[in-house]
Amino acid sequence: MGILSSSVSITRYKVIDKLEGPVAEAVEKGLTKNTISEIENMESDQNIGWTSFDNPFKPNFEGSSFVIGNYMVFSLRIDKKNIPAKIVTKHFSVEMAKQLAETGREYLSRDEKKKLKEKIIDDLSLRIPATPSVYDLLWNYEESLLLFLSNQKAANEELETLFSKSFKLTIVRLFPYTMADLNIDISDAERDAISKLSPTKFSE
Amino acid sequence: MLDVATSFDQYKFLGNEFLTWLWFVIEKDQNYFKQLEENFISLNIGNRLILENRLNDAVETISIKGDDAGLEEGILSLQKGAVVIELNLSFSAGNDNKWQFTLKGDTLDIINIKLPTTGAIESKKDVEGFVLEKVFLITKIIKLIDNLFTQFIRLRISNKWTQEVLPLIKQWIFR
Repeated sequence: MGILSSSVSITRYKVIDKLEGPVAEAVEKGLTKNTISEIENMESDQNIGWTSFDNPFKPNFEGSSFVIGNYMVFSLRIDKKNIPAKIVTKHFSVEMAKQLAETGREYLSRDEKKKLKEKIIDDLSLRIPATPSVYDLLWNYEESLLLFLSNQKAANEELETLFSKSFKLTIVRLFPYTMADLNIDISDAERDAISKLSPTKFSE
Repeated sequence: MLDVATSFDQYKFLGNEFLTWLWFVIEKDQNYFKQLEENFISLNIGNRLILENRLNDAVETISIKGDDAGLEEGILSLQKGAVVIELNLSFSAGNDNKWQFTLKGDTLDIINIKLPTTGAIESKKDVEGFVLEKVFLITKIIKLIDNLFTQFIRLRISNKWTQEVLPLIKQWIFR
């Protein structure tokens, strides 16, 4: 689900600190440096990077094309090669039988089996295309607010890592406590009062 | 600030209490929202309400689903000590624009927001305007939640919570 979809899900983050120098320039640099690269015909089973929200398979961040109004709009793309376990098992059995027949042995050692399995996964990774998942992101720099259009745990974890690596900025996920602490204009006394709260019993 | 993981676990009850309070306000005082939202028409429970009751080590989850589902089971669960952990809401404002979305108590993530109808994209030059319109509609919901949560937190840390609000909520639960 992206910004162009009829339905969206949102995880919110507060961006801590500010970028050095001109914002659009610094963001373009971070995006370009960490743009997703293709892993077709490669042994890698997963690749993660930034891409353009309106053209996710041909990323281009030139000329601040990602700036729309007060927001910077771009996407996190996760390409993953999912090799079904049954295919790995099949190729492993065939290859193991072949090796045993060639060597005249009755079995392979645990280490040999492990290496054979790794080789099979690498070989299959070269032949199996990666499945792309694209998650849009809206960054309001002035308000230090990031809207990530996914609630998936794995996607959120990848976002937190890549964002920090790309822009050297920390993002804090907004949930009840952090919303109260970071997103509401409260005094130190109010902050202290929140930290002392315990659950209400509505039924007594 | 507390460690993020620690604060998430320690204070996620605040989100569940927020949703429970919100259900109470929706049922008892629609005028309350008018002061928070310009052009407010209505805020109602949508097609999904999930409650959770933690008794000793056991966790009981009660789900009520359906467009016109009765919420009596939910009230009964509140009487037994449950809190709301997930709430689908239907919000109307302005020129009869309608939003429908689900709020999760522990994270306050906003799930499956169905936005009012927007213009279609017919050419590449329409994309920017389309995105701006979508962002405007999304931020409308975010501001609504922020305003409501701010009101809730200020209430929750005040004496008014135990002296005025909680007795009214209990009165509503045990009507």
